[in-house]
Amino acid sequence: MGWRLTLRPYVLIVPALLLTCGILYPFGLGLYYTLFDFSASKPQPDMVRFENYTTVFTQEAFWNSAWVTVLYAVGAALVETVLGVAVALLLHRSTLVGRVLEKILILPLMIAPVIAAIIWKLMLQPSVGVVNHLLRPFGLGGVQWTDTPTGALLSSIAVDVWVYTPFVAILALAGLRSLPTSPFEAAAVDGAGWWYTFRRLTLPMLWPYVLVAVIFRFMDSLKVFDIIYALTEGGPGDSTVVLQIRAYLEAIRFQRYSFGISYTIVLWAVVYLAAMVLVKHLGKIQRRAAEVTT
Amino acid sequence: MRKRVLGWLADAALVLYFVFALFPIAWMVILSLKPADQLFSTYFSFSPTLDGYRTVLGDSEGIPFVRFFVNSLVVSVGAVVLSLVVGLPAAYASARWRFKGSENLMFTLLSFRFAPELTVIIPLFVLYQKLGLFDTYVGMVWVLQLVTLPLIVWIMRSYFADLTPELEQAALLDGYTRKQAFFKVALPLVKPGIAAVSLLAFIFAWNNFVFPLILTSNEAQTVTVGALSFLGGDRPKYNLTAAAALVSVVPPLLLALTIQRYLVRGLSFGAVKS
Repeated sequence: MGWRLTLRPYVLIVPALLLTCGILYPFGLGLYYTLFDFSASKPQPDMVRFENYTTVFTQEAFWNSAWVTVLYAVGAALVETVLGVAVALLLHRSTLVGRVLEKILILPLMIAPVIAAIIWKLMLQPSVGVVNHLLRPFGLGGVQWTDTPTGALLSSIAVDVWVYTPFVAILALAGLRSLPTSPFEAAAVDGAGWWYTFRRLTLPMLWPYVLVAVIFRFMDSLKVFDIIYALTEGGPGDSTVVLQIRAYLEAIRFQRYSFGISYTIVLWAVVYLAAMVLVKHLGKIQRRAAEVTT
Repeated sequence: MRKRVLGWLADAALVLYFVFALFPIAWMVILSLKPADQLFSTYFSFSPTLDGYRTVLGDSEGIPFVRFFVNSLVVSVGAVVLSLVVGLPAAYASARWRFKGSENLMFTLLSFRFAPELTVIIPLFVLYQKLGLFDTYVGMVWVLQLVTLPLIVWIMRSYFADLTPELEQAALLDGYTRKQAFFKVALPLVKPGIAAVSLLAFIFAWNNFVFPLILTSNEAQTVTVGALSFLGGDRPKYNLTAAAALVSVVPPLLLALTIQRYLVRGLSFGAVKS
């Protein structure tokens, strides 16, 4: 009986372990490939050690992609956080309008990002798109949304914001609804104003929830692919070529497999560093929030 | 008086956000119902027709959209079923026992959620060609585990952890075996959680784009890739693109509205509970 008790969890977990290994195998294989100069034109590759990586880091194209990726991720995460928290605060007032609208809050979030990009692509088309049509009365009918470098980056961030703001709003709203009431009652008795209450009570206690949302959004947008692929394909020029798009172009379009994977391994390392920093920060924030409530 | 004006302004701000959130969907409905000759001549006045849908669902553009739709269903359901069969026991074990390696496995799974997909897809693209899994259901179901398995294991783990172990212990005292305690006591209690997480995993699998883009070409291609093909050509057919986009978002939207209550836990991987 005793030995069976200790063995059982392992028996239950083995299938998942096997499946995990099945996913880890291609990942390991990818790492291995990056040490070679493997491409479609060179099916018998030679060992090049870390040459792929040194090439990546000395390429202008890589640093451009890294810069674009960071701009996209910071921009998207920032706007989504501010807008999402604002929407959550407004919904939390629970007026009749709010209660009705809350039911449909999640709709954009459940639309595939690639479909969202297709929808916006149709709307942002400069000559026949509906957005410029609606802006025409204001004298803004000729905006070249996705045809200028800055416009393309802002447009793709806008699609990201459209899809993912509900994500932040839902988590922030759950946070607001789980806050203890006694500190707020005490503040009201002391005659604290709205702004003071928000800065000193709501925000610090809400931070842990918001930060979870920020971590998810920032790390997801570092590896954005779908939205850029459908909306701009990295263009115009290479103004929206984020790292995953660059890796796709290298590996799939130009069939330089090893080199393409090297790009994704570098991105993977960046995502992991970001995750470690953010999760550490989350622990601190959670402890601080606990202090506010007591 | 000031308070009432402020409240009114807050509601107005909320309505403004929702116009931004919902207008694109409404505009797709309008575009998809437009006849081809009124696509660019007018914006909001037109004589609605279902021709766009007939064309898309009648495969008449050389794009077998109905088959893509079925493919999406098959691979998404397949991925969820496989993840449940494998993931439920693992989630239960890691919630009930502290043992060597379980945390490592859990965090490895969680790391899949944040790994750049192409790190795994590019080697698979090479591997699948060799193994004959390229453009097949099996290949797609396998790779979709990256999406569905971490979600199902992590969320079900948090549901199992919320159950008091006393119920199962009482069942054991009543002469149940461990297996019976799991199937007859623990599992029925987390049924709503299983239903919700399965639907959420289905939605994420359905919405995936990068896997079918690279690992399928025709036979196993899904709606997300298929919808993009309508944008091809020098005069993209807006009404068809809109119809295809709408058809492909119907399943996830319908399912999402049924699992609203469970979304917070699901979307945050159990980090936030409502």
